[in-house]
Amino acid sequence: MTAQILYAFITVILGVGGCFGYFYGSNWLLDRIFPASASNDASAVRNLKLQAMIRPWLFLGPALLLLTVYLIFPVIQTIWLSFHDKAGENFVGTANYVWAFSDAQFRQSIFNNLIWLLVVPAACTFFGLVIAVLTDRIWWGNLARSLVFLPLAISFVGASVIWKFVYDYRGEGQEQIGILNAIIVYFGGDPQVWISLPFWNNFFLMIILIWIQTGFATVILGAALRGIPEDTLEAATIDGAGPFKIFYRIMVPQIMGTIVVVWTTITVLVLKVFDIVLTMTNGQWNTQVLANLMFDWMFRGGGDFGRGAAIAIVIMVAVLPIMIWNIRQANAEQGGH
Amino acid sequence: MFKRISLEPSRFALHLAVLIIITLWTLPTAGLLISSLRDKNQLAASGWWTALSSADRSQVGRMKGKADQIEKDGKFVIEGNLFEGEDAVAGKVSAFGTKVQTPGANPADSTVALEGGQTLTVNADGTYALTSPTAFENDRGGRIFYVSSQPPRFTTENYETVLFSQGIGRSFVNSLTVTIPATIIPILIAAFAAYALAWMKLPFRGLIIAVIVGLLVVPLQMSLIPLLKLYNAAGTFMGVPSKTYLGIWLAHTGFGLPFAIYLLRSYIAGLPKDLIESAQIDGANDFKIFRRIILPLTFPALASFAIFQFLWVWNDLLVAIVFLGSGEDQLVLTGKLNALLGSRGGNWEILTASAFVTIIVPLTVFFSLQRYFVRGLLAGSVKGG
Repeated sequence: MTAQILYAFITVILGVGGCFGYFYGSNWLLDRIFPASASNDASAVRNLKLQAMIRPWLFLGPALLLLTVYLIFPVIQTIWLSFHDKAGENFVGTANYVWAFSDAQFRQSIFNNLIWLLVVPAACTFFGLVIAVLTDRIWWGNLARSLVFLPLAISFVGASVIWKFVYDYRGEGQEQIGILNAIIVYFGGDPQVWISLPFWNNFFLMIILIWIQTGFATVILGAALRGIPEDTLEAATIDGAGPFKIFYRIMVPQIMGTIVVVWTTITVLVLKVFDIVLTMTNGQWNTQVLANLMFDWMFRGGGDFGRGAAIAIVIMVAVLPIMIWNIRQANAEQGGH
Repeated sequence: MFKRISLEPSRFALHLAVLIIITLWTLPTAGLLISSLRDKNQLAASGWWTALSSADRSQVGRMKGKADQIEKDGKFVIEGNLFEGEDAVAGKVSAFGTKVQTPGANPADSTVALEGGQTLTVNADGTYALTSPTAFENDRGGRIFYVSSQPPRFTTENYETVLFSQGIGRSFVNSLTVTIPATIIPILIAAFAAYALAWMKLPFRGLIIAVIVGLLVVPLQMSLIPLLKLYNAAGTFMGVPSKTYLGIWLAHTGFGLPFAIYLLRSYIAGLPKDLIESAQIDGANDFKIFRRIILPLTFPALASFAIFQFLWVWNDLLVAIVFLGSGEDQLVLTGKLNALLGSRGGNWEILTASAFVTIIVPLTVFFSLQRYFVRGLLAGSVKGG
């Protein structure tokens, strides 16, 4: 263990030192090869031009290399793999996709993912908006917001343990130590095995993600709410609008852009949800989702890379519209710069 | 903020509503923390919300046999203490009986008559006395079924167990080993790239930025299989294991870069133009400008990213279980917790304490550096993990 800590420590030094070394060294080299203080003016100007041409690529180099190796190349290869067999050797055409759409588990996952997509972003945005508006107007609002925000720092696995404890089930007649069943029993109901309850168990898993992500929505929407010009609210109040009318007619339209950002961000997250399903049910009792199914196929029976890749592509296709929208937004913002 | 909308009659309702929401949101975590500190027998017997009241517990104890009898006033007596028996949990006896069906038949401190003129007295402190007009003949004594109440007991035993004998301590070190380099390495690389994309003239700048924005939302799932193949091939080629810490550091660096570059670029691009232009007029080249002006000014954004990346890597499960082994020298906390959920599913004293160990570091980071965290969130609310 000591060796491991030492190993990690040395790597940090080497890694950071290596980065510094690279940036210093390459820039120093550039200044040496094309000196700006050349003997005659003509070559000095030419050298400066060359420096300005090359230096950006020195700055960008490591980042571009890593992005290519870890994201761009894999994306292309995953597309390629999805048309090949389990070892990635023989071309099989669209067989993996044909298999996927006729596979019961895959269809179950698509169905579940759709429910997740419908429920989680909407619930997070709704709760986030409500909590942001409510906490904006009380003196201990910041503390309240911090507490709602807190689950965002907890890992999905940690959150799953927390909620598995909430959902814990003991046989009828025994003392319930899970708070949900304890409440049900207290009011005279029968305890339930929540995470294997057909269909509704999906919602008990979704609650975990909603619990985590509402804080995110609260913070972003809270900041947007504070950016609303005071006079629009005052004008509405003078005109006699009630608080609910002000909320729906004045506040919500003005922060619509932010609501869309929050909604899409959580949508992307939902498409990739994996840890919660793996730790709570591992896809049993009809709770499978695409990301967990894909992970499953990566290793099941020695791994079927073709099918795994095909499932990944399906997730990617779902994300694609959001990606295009983001790029267009970024390009529009950048226009003036 | 107070005067934004006048809603005075319902101010009480407002406070109440927020209070209810906060309670709902905090309760699950509070339950975990309280449970992890409870005695493990009490944790298994009653809900954490009863942690402060004493818990009733049905127990069974066996009395001593004939070897321990003494003769007193013409009677034969066996005396002892129920709480001294094996497996007995000390507390206070509230009721007792001699049949398994009726452990609460008689209140403590009373004497009951048994068959053959025998009498049995059990006191609240656990002491008992069995008397008989004739000598006892059995080697083993009879059983007493009793209800005892335990005072609430809080302990750090659960933490000691998980840290030192369940492997959580080791996984904690593994998590740190993964997280610290994976947080530091991307910062510098991203900062240089962000500056180049914000202030330097280069062809395809718009295209590169568009690609990076696009990569922000690419699901990690797209990278896993090709990288797994690549790592396996590289491992075989170089004759080293394919699952190494170096591999996961680079993977996390690569996955973190789009967000890092995006966040830092928008921050650096927002710095005043005059600052950079005047430095250029003074003859400083871009490397110097970056080092002397940009890097110090960008500190808040660097801190935001560092917190993000730290939390993200610490909390990650997917990358860790794909690119690291499951041996004790490589299993990180999230992976370990997931494994414990499978193997120790019913042992809540282990699960709650383990879970709290895994979340304590992010919670500390979060509470001490919340300001930077929120700023990062606001600046780049497009990364989904």
